[in-house]
Amino acid sequence: MYRIRLHGRGGQGIKTGGRILGSAFFGAGFDAQDAPVYGAERRGAPMFATVRASRAPIRERGLMARPDLVVLADETLLQVPAANVLFGVGAATVLLIHGTGEAADWRVRLGFDGKVVVLPVTAGTAERAGSGIAGARCAGAAARLVGGIAREQLGAALTEELGPLGPAVLASNLEQALAAFDAVAPHAGVVRESAPASARDFAAPDWIDLPLDPARIAAPDIHAAATSVEARTGLWRTLRPEIDYAHCNRCTWVCSTLCPDSAIRVRPDRSPEIDLQHCKGCMICVSVCPPHAIHSIPERVAQEREPAGAAP
Amino acid sequence: MRRLLTGNAAAAWGARLARADYVPAFPITPQTEIIELLAQWFGAGEMRGRLVMLESEHSMVTAAAAAAATGVRVFTATSSQGLLYAMEMLYTVTGWRVPFVLVNVSRGLASPITLESDHNDVLAARDSGFLQMHCATCQEIVDSVLLAYRLAEEPAVRLPAIVNLDGFHLSFTREPVELPPAEAAAEFLPPFEARGIGFRASRPSSQAVAVLGGSPYSYFRYETHLAAQHALEVYDGVAAEFAQRFGRRHDAVECYRSDDAEIVFFMIGAFATKAMDAVDRLRDAGVRAGLVRPRLLRPYPVAALRRALAGRRAVAVIDQNLSVGKGGVLHGELASALYGQAEAPLLASYVGGLGGRDIAPEEFFQIARELGEAIAARQAPPPRLLYTAGELRQMRNLQAIAAAERSVPGVAA
Repeated sequence: MYRIRLHGRGGQGIKTGGRILGSAFFGAGFDAQDAPVYGAERRGAPMFATVRASRAPIRERGLMARPDLVVLADETLLQVPAANVLFGVGAATVLLIHGTGEAADWRVRLGFDGKVVVLPVTAGTAERAGSGIAGARCAGAAARLVGGIAREQLGAALTEELGPLGPAVLASNLEQALAAFDAVAPHAGVVRESAPASARDFAAPDWIDLPLDPARIAAPDIHAAATSVEARTGLWRTLRPEIDYAHCNRCTWVCSTLCPDSAIRVRPDRSPEIDLQHCKGCMICVSVCPPHAIHSIPERVAQEREPAGAAP
Repeated sequence: MRRLLTGNAAAAWGARLARADYVPAFPITPQTEIIELLAQWFGAGEMRGRLVMLESEHSMVTAAAAAAATGVRVFTATSSQGLLYAMEMLYTVTGWRVPFVLVNVSRGLASPITLESDHNDVLAARDSGFLQMHCATCQEIVDSVLLAYRLAEEPAVRLPAIVNLDGFHLSFTREPVELPPAEAAAEFLPPFEARGIGFRASRPSSQAVAVLGGSPYSYFRYETHLAAQHALEVYDGVAAEFAQRFGRRHDAVECYRSDDAEIVFFMIGAFATKAMDAVDRLRDAGVRAGLVRPRLLRPYPVAALRRALAGRRAVAVIDQNLSVGKGGVLHGELASALYGQAEAPLLASYVGGLGGRDIAPEEFFQIARELGEAIAARQAPPPRLLYTAGELRQMRNLQAIAAAERSVPGVAA
């Protein structure tokens, strides 16, 4: 069985990417299973999808503890421990990074024993960070790395999954997915199906008997105030709002009250200030600003302009 | 033709193939996709009937049963806290003796609040009078909705039915599903013949009246019980007909490689397919393992379970639920079914998969190993929660962050 995990952020098309890959496998004659995993949070939050494919019926489900291929749609997720991108990887795992840099450097930086393939982020996808195209690109490259999926089968899967969204969306995703499929051709078929766990020779789980703790400990409480401040949801942002103070007319109650995360403060001079530690990049402020004095830029571009260490 | 469908889409297809007339709805994760799909189909005219958003699950179940009392075919769906919010009406409407189908997408109950699956929500409805069918695959979901209508609408049964599927592991998981063709589904499940059911505002009558004195109450409640028990026999016939028409068997109790098994896993829900995998691996390693899985939990198929487990040497009941202060619910139920039976196996109790926690292949293997030791020692091991030292270490880290340990002198994080 092939076991594939795709990591990205809400809004990057990872759920769809998983479905494209699942449909491509299914169209190529495999039994396939795909599933996204996310919590209550949305755009920008770390999420992942799993895809399994096999010539036999698939009975494994849920947690993927030993992936054969891990796809990382957004390299900035490596800064987010909760994303757990490298969970369960080993020397037999292939890591596909949709990002920048050289494979050899990534292996050293991550202390990763397996093979790394870098799918370069194109100018188009960088500008449209968060637009959802990353999922299609990752699915296209993953299909080639696995092998056994023809270019036409990938195209058919994209048409099936994205056709209902209209010809423009389909065309741009098709172009990107097929380009990614072609780009990783030198590594075609590099992913290997792993064997099932053996019941003859296995590491016994280190089960324990839970101790009875005092209720004060055993209740799901946090004994401190204002703890949500500690959750740096600014790390979720793929787009950053930027205020053009020359055109801001100081009607600050509009952006500050409509920000769903209370991430816009009002300064004493009534000008707005965005709390970049917590702004998730939803861009509601951009759409509601009466004088259009807030615009969005890709987070990556914004960080490149900042001095090192200044990022939230 | 097989196609990839999520469990939620399979549930919606079940309602569509059953040609539901009325769908009272209320959104809740991880169920919402079901009513979104149905709304889309009603909106596009691909389903005829009406979907109405109610203001709560309590009202939703009331509306479902009230509509069913007029003789139309009703479908509804909820999950977790939603099912609990409707609990008063779950018990109430079974006394109305009208059939409809409710899909529950299992999700662990608060507190602490979570989104992922376990079965405490649907088991809270265990004694309500709803029939309960539990699915392990997306295929089973669409098939079970059709089966559930046949069962619920049987004149000698006339009770509402819950079809249960696990959140995430089925609800959001796509896998290959063979949809029954619409015509074949309509032949298997003809239009609802309401017979005596036809409540009309223009024709006043009183349903579900008040009774005082225990005697009439006892009569009405026990009649419900008898109807549910009768549903067992009805189910066997309906499932046989389904198998004949569609080539898929959905017996009240699924037995996987258990005929000659020494040790048996006993569980319900999506993780049962993982147990099937473990059974195959254990067989590869020379262990005679099997799986027994009740699809039908209400009515409880006692006779079929006794048959399936007679002569097996040890059974691990893996409960993805917890009756606080007692333990696994299925373990207690199975013990009551097997007590005093000749050749009854040893019963061991494992609680695992709470709040969607994974059950690893190695854990199934280790359970099998413990059952082997239990057979040798002729004694079942004490109940166990599937929980590792590594998980407790992580928990202690979280508690340190939450400053829980600082408030209790002398307890280290």
